[in-house]
Amino acid sequence: MSRGLPLTPGSRLRAADLLPVGTVGLRARPLRAGLSALGVAIGIAAIVAVLGITRSSQADLLAQIDRLGTNLLTVVNGRSIEGQEAELPAAAHAMLGRVDGVRHVAPTAQLDGVSVYRTDKVPSFQSGGLAVRACDPALLATLDGRVRHGTFLNPTTARYPTTVLGYQAAKTLGIAALDQPTRVWLGGHWFTVVGILDPFPLAPELDRSALVGFPVASRRLGYDGHPSRIYVRTDTEQTPAVAGLLAPTADPQHPEQVQASRPSDALTARIAAKSATTGLFLGLGAVALLVGGIGIANVMVIGVLERRSEIGLRRALGAARGHVAAQFLVESLLLATIGGLVGVAAGTAITTGVAHQQRWPVLVPTVAVWGGLVAALAIGAVAGLYPAMRAARLAPTDALRSV
Amino acid sequence: MTPVLELQQVGKVYPGSPPVEPVRGVTLTVTQGELVAVVGPSGSGKTTLLHLMAALDRPTSGVVRVAGQVIGALSDRRVSGLRAHRLGVVFQQFFLLESLSALDNVAAGLLYQGVAGAERRRLARQSLERVGLGHRLGHRPTALSGGERQRVAIARALVGNPQVVLADEPTGNLDSATSANLVTLLQALNRQGVTLVVVTHDQDVAGAMSRQVELRDGQVVGDSGGGRP
Repeated sequence: MSRGLPLTPGSRLRAADLLPVGTVGLRARPLRAGLSALGVAIGIAAIVAVLGITRSSQADLLAQIDRLGTNLLTVVNGRSIEGQEAELPAAAHAMLGRVDGVRHVAPTAQLDGVSVYRTDKVPSFQSGGLAVRACDPALLATLDGRVRHGTFLNPTTARYPTTVLGYQAAKTLGIAALDQPTRVWLGGHWFTVVGILDPFPLAPELDRSALVGFPVASRRLGYDGHPSRIYVRTDTEQTPAVAGLLAPTADPQHPEQVQASRPSDALTARIAAKSATTGLFLGLGAVALLVGGIGIANVMVIGVLERRSEIGLRRALGAARGHVAAQFLVESLLLATIGGLVGVAAGTAITTGVAHQQRWPVLVPTVAVWGGLVAALAIGAVAGLYPAMRAARLAPTDALRSV
Repeated sequence: MTPVLELQQVGKVYPGSPPVEPVRGVTLTVTQGELVAVVGPSGSGKTTLLHLMAALDRPTSGVVRVAGQVIGALSDRRVSGLRAHRLGVVFQQFFLLESLSALDNVAAGLLYQGVAGAERRRLARQSLERVGLGHRLGHRPTALSGGERQRVAIARALVGNPQVVLADEPTGNLDSATSANLVTLLQALNRQGVTLVVVTHDQDVAGAMSRQVELRDGQVVGDSGGGRP
């Protein structure tokens, strides 16, 4: 029965007012709001930082691999079936040079029983773990290495008692510069140091070696003409095909005694290893996030209990149940979003700091940023749902009586 | 005269053992422009009756009509719409939001009518000026005296231009001088055309109203304006 009076319109809250209404509680208790957002912020920051740091260090490794190239292969003498150390055939490197797709070949031979010392007064057992290797002048070009001081061996110096020291070998022997003529005691002879090399990331065995030429090695150091390790640089596209041909080509009689490997695989393996440990840290971040979400739910439940009179007042002013629910849900979403934004910012800052310190490229994956924000929103929604429903179900008369 | 509030044989029972029945068989009509006091000792069912008239609760029996609409038959959104558009409520405890200024507290009275923000504040300013608080717009509730706070609450109840303002013990938290000022304000508002129902146990306040409805044990036992249509 309307008696001619117009039907009263339903209760209505403008969308533009939802946000200010949702912040009433946050503005009333900013410290509590800040602390409850902090939980989510820590979780998101942990996840973003873990993903960012992992990705940055991987980017660094990938850049290293790119720089060093994945087209370097090594051929090493293996062991015979009887367990004795096998030798590579003397002609192995010449054979390898004929394989299609091979650009450079550089044989080396570790000279067993030959050591290098700073002077002839050093006791012979104090070899410092340094090896002496005979090599070809083509080694530097094959490995794309660089000379730090002096020069590398050339066909002339390779015939005389001259040596080039690997980066670690020079350090171990205490030779930092070559301003003065420098000699070392090598295999019972004085050898002049003509060069010191930069480190070889793909051939670390050379860093701890003193390199001499093949001619002088045969003449004075008892080299028998069999290489022990051959470096092969290939055309990048043909690397896998060449790798399969290395063993049968190097030693057609006993291909099983030859080990062919790709040094860059070790770096690739390190990337995989880093990804594996990331999982653990991500798990910890997820736990922090969960705890943060529970913190928000907790604060929201307490807020609903404390703000019964406000809920009653809003109902008296005309708020429908849905409006009360929306208000608390928006508040929870806001808390989580603030936490998410702070977390993403902190995670990015941590990543940038660590990457700068380690001289890595800074790389924060966009999926971590967006994923972090979406996760925060989802947590806010879940954490706010129950308190919002409780607030909406509260009878206005009960809410107003509870003072 | 147009009736704005009609109660026919209204009863309210709260289940329990034994069930509580704070309001029973109340029939009461408030017409436009009236200044009504509902008086009675504590426990007489005044607040329950006010909640029923304010559409904050639904009767167990009988019919409550607000602005011609039977509230028992309406959805939550429609009843809420009645509260937003047709009813204004003033509470003993004021219920102001501490984090908002006086102006924003009053503007909140229009929030659930869907009025835009600038218009809300314009009307809120007018409403505060109407209760004599035009100089206190930016103050937080904590910076206002008890009398001023209750005036802010009255301005909030008036801002939506309701058909009736219901006040629950509006002077309950005020000293006698402030209380007298507030009664003067209520009388002035009534002369301007505001329909008012004031629930009180204070005989002085009740005496200042033009009609007294006396409540005892949930029933109307006296109505000075009962003879009016």
